[in-house]
Amino acid sequence: MKILVCVSNVPDTTTKITFNSDKTQFNTTGVQFILNPYDEIALARAIELSEGGKGTVTIIHVGEASSDPTIRKALAIGADDAVRINAAPRDAYFVSFQIAEYARANDFDLILTGRESIDYNGSQVGAMIGEFLDIPSVSIIKKLEADGNSARIEREIEGGKEVLNVNFPFIASCAEGVAEPKIPNMRGIMSARTKPLEVLEASDIEKVVTFKSYTTPAPRGSVTMLTSDETEKLINLLHTEAKVI
Amino acid sequence: MSVLVYVENAEGKFKKSTFEVVSYAKAVSGLLNTDLTAISIGDVSQDELSALGKYGASKVLNVTSDKLKTFVIQAYASVISEAAKNEGSDVLILANSFSGKGLAPRLAVKLQAGLADSAVELPTIENNSFSVKKTAFSGKAFAHVELNSKNKIVALNPNSYPLTENLADAKIEDFKPEIKESDLRITVTDVIRATDKIALPDAELVVSAGRGLKGPENWSMVEELAEALGAATACSKPVSDAGWRPHEEHVGQTGIAVSPNLYIAIGISGAIQHLAGVSSSKTIVVINKDPEAPFFKVADYGIVGDAFEVVPKLTEAVKAYKSHS
Repeated sequence: MKILVCVSNVPDTTTKITFNSDKTQFNTTGVQFILNPYDEIALARAIELSEGGKGTVTIIHVGEASSDPTIRKALAIGADDAVRINAAPRDAYFVSFQIAEYARANDFDLILTGRESIDYNGSQVGAMIGEFLDIPSVSIIKKLEADGNSARIEREIEGGKEVLNVNFPFIASCAEGVAEPKIPNMRGIMSARTKPLEVLEASDIEKVVTFKSYTTPAPRGSVTMLTSDETEKLINLLHTEAKVI
Repeated sequence: MSVLVYVENAEGKFKKSTFEVVSYAKAVSGLLNTDLTAISIGDVSQDELSALGKYGASKVLNVTSDKLKTFVIQAYASVISEAAKNEGSDVLILANSFSGKGLAPRLAVKLQAGLADSAVELPTIENNSFSVKKTAFSGKAFAHVELNSKNKIVALNPNSYPLTENLADAKIEDFKPEIKESDLRITVTDVIRATDKIALPDAELVVSAGRGLKGPENWSMVEELAEALGAATACSKPVSDAGWRPHEEHVGQTGIAVSPNLYIAIGISGAIQHLAGVSSSKTIVVINKDPEAPFFKVADYGIVGDAFEVVPKLTEAVKAYKSHS
């Protein structure tokens, strides 16, 4: 089975998010970038499905050379090879188009992504690739079991789950539950340095969205502190002052 | 030309979040001086469909087919896309729900449309610019996204736009597009939905707890408080990582972001990753025995105290309040 895993390079979860002075760009100064946590789940499942000679795992990333450490991390975790489409990942439509172009020419049985990137949180790339390639897509999955030519998948829905069957090839975006992220071992880290990382140029596509500016949530007012004996007063305040119950 | 809104149902019923989306779409259609058409897929009663008129839909396209009884995503996307083309709708609106997150990107490609997901406000429309405020960086910031294409799609976050009545006489029409076999490559075998519990992403009230509870056996007091309030339950990352609670209850940067009216955090210190997921909550109550817990800095109300003492008392106070209100 040939598996393609799409990965994103995102600010570490502890990052305090700030923007440049005219609020048009994310301020990356001093920010540590990491492999998107959900993509780690997708990668872990891909490795499990391919283990024991059952398949190969290719990493694809759309980004500039500054992302290479993240790609090497994915190789260290256990992917076989990687492709970087050399372009700033300006939006999901652009990124999906690039990945779809590569996937179309290289016939994968399964494409996995994380449920969303933790920076722009669009949850868009997986389903967009599915549509560009005209293959089924399943968003926000919690379980994936391969069985011959098809897979059994559980997908999250509001207050529950949906169970479905789908034939390969398809694309799915992975959430917690699909697999436990893997930590690279020393052998993986050493071999990652020599695993193939192919760099390809991006294809042109019309721009459909522009990220114009950013704002941060308004600071909250001061906190009203109560004692542990004032639970009735709290309920009263939630009713009369906050008006939420 | 009209604005088209996809109205998602759960077992034939529209949820509050669906009516929020219709209210929002009606307001967008007002900004564009046009009408609002809704499209419903699956078995929904005429009464339920008529209720869409209460929030401003003047036309409802009703799609029923044996092939569309379950969420076969490609077929749903094709049907909605065809409706948008038939209606001449440049603007398509839907919920940023689990299914919406699957559909909207496929529709964006089909319609060559710019997509603004996780929208939290009405679009700003001036001259030729159409921009939408959406959550970004997992709740740590907002991005203002301009949709440059002729066709535009907006996916609205739950609890972000108020239900707004706007009475229209919803004209219900059957819409019977052809369904391609190649769009039916997914077979849904089971749908399991806990009908007695409030789904966390849609919840208006949330009771959440962290490591301060010391173990999964102590969750009954959290559940009792949630039940008394009519709230959904949630938890912090260490709690779901430890397997004390299911992953779908994990709120925070790598879990889900919620935007309830009331978020009660019990025994959660307030790491930056957790705060990201709750920053859109209207009111935050923090109960923690550590007065230095960072969560107090973003709280509206705080109680420094032992959860095991405070939570049962709070539950009693809620019950007393409910019994004479």
